[in-house]
Amino acid sequence: MTMQSSLDIVARSATTTPSPSVRQSVEVAKLIDESKCIGCKACQVACSQWNEISDDMGTNVGVYDNPSDLTDKSWTLMRFTEVEENGSLEWLIRKDGCMHCADPGCLKACPAPGAIVQYANGIVDFKQENCIGCGNCVTGCPFDIPRISKKDNKAYKCTLCSDRVSVGLEPACVKTCPTGAITFGKKEDMVSYGNTRAGELKERGFKHAALYNPAGVGGTHVMYVLKHGDKTEQYAGLPSNPSISPMVSLWKGALKPLAVLGMVGAVVAGFMHYMKVGPVEAKDEEKESA
Amino acid sequence: MSKTTDLRRYDDNTRMNHWVIALLFFAAALSGLAFFHPSMFFFTNLFGGGVWTRILHPYFGVFMCLSFVGLYVGLHRDNVITPEDKAWLEKAGQMLKGDKAGMPPVGKYNAGQKIVFWLMTGSLVVLLLTGLLFWHAWFPDFPIWARRAGVLLHAVSAVVLVLTVIMHIYAAIWVKGTVRAMTRGTVTQAWAKTNHPLWHKEMTADK
Repeated sequence: MTMQSSLDIVARSATTTPSPSVRQSVEVAKLIDESKCIGCKACQVACSQWNEISDDMGTNVGVYDNPSDLTDKSWTLMRFTEVEENGSLEWLIRKDGCMHCADPGCLKACPAPGAIVQYANGIVDFKQENCIGCGNCVTGCPFDIPRISKKDNKAYKCTLCSDRVSVGLEPACVKTCPTGAITFGKKEDMVSYGNTRAGELKERGFKHAALYNPAGVGGTHVMYVLKHGDKTEQYAGLPSNPSISPMVSLWKGALKPLAVLGMVGAVVAGFMHYMKVGPVEAKDEEKESA
Repeated sequence: MSKTTDLRRYDDNTRMNHWVIALLFFAAALSGLAFFHPSMFFFTNLFGGGVWTRILHPYFGVFMCLSFVGLYVGLHRDNVITPEDKAWLEKAGQMLKGDKAGMPPVGKYNAGQKIVFWLMTGSLVVLLLTGLLFWHAWFPDFPIWARRAGVLLHAVSAVVLVLTVIMHIYAAIWVKGTVRAMTRGTVTQAWAKTNHPLWHKEMTADK
């Protein structure tokens, strides 16, 4: 994985110079069509199987979500919501996991060089060998995705099967989905297919069906087709217009270099002041200063 | 009154307390700056790598704050801002230009030193409280918005503290004869008369 991917890094955490990026690749995307999802959780199983991670046995919390939340060992999760739409009960099922933002908040917030990278194909990947376990990626993410392992204090999340994609395979969840609700391909193809699907749903009476590819994070490389695109929040809190918190972006953007400049400037100013004005010496009539 | 005996400015406990804080400050500042900007990530090499730096930094900080309590208890009364400090501050610009003649006489601490004291106190309080918000080894359950605010305020107050310490150290280098107050505990009478005439009067009055 590292071999194939090492020449096409477009963004690297805590790095101020360009990363190796001569290799060009096509932007990819995963499209999750919520209207076709039957909630079978095969994607969760495939994720677990391919990545060789088995989550701990949980407890039933009274809903279908199992486990009850994303964890360091569960990188994708079906979230079930019951809503009343048009006078009847509707079951909304959203496959939650990393959205692989074009403008990733986790990467922006991360202070460890190379712990988070973004490949030219759009995949945002955590490099655990560089992770220091500070948890800043959690504060950067607008979707509450990264989880810190209690075992090794490293951050984990969906890799979009970057290892599989780099050798021309689709992600494990896509491969396994029995209804074709998850598709994978070029980002532009997925956008166009997603819009087509949304159009079909509109014809079938879902007036607000839409493709979810939020501009606030520069678009995402995991997109949804939603039957109720106007009410994204009812899909287990999917933000309608996600963006990196200004507390993270402002600080990590303009303020940090300015503050560094200020601190270095203060030392230089002190030095120059001493050289210009000279020291303050004690005046003593009888004794010369020590 | 004797002109040749030195004046005691700090007892040994205060001095050692000061230096413990100073050492912990440098440990906390260098380990924190490593995460502040990529240009300073190399400071992690001083602490055994990125992970060790992340583990150690909060402990440096907590122990620095705890040791500062000792200094605070001993010194805060002498640092209360008084109306006279305003006059001193108005003239501070002239002093920086090298003209000390017009400065109003000050007691144990001048207004600049008092401001340094309160900036340090304030920034340490903010650093401690906000640091706890995202010290997830001990406090993993704070909501994300609180951690975001915590990281931001922690960094801002760290900059305030670093700038204050730069000021503090520079003043000690600039005003000759000051450093020995912390290395020996005493200052010369001439130093006291020049820089803290009211304190000098107070210290020599009953002799």
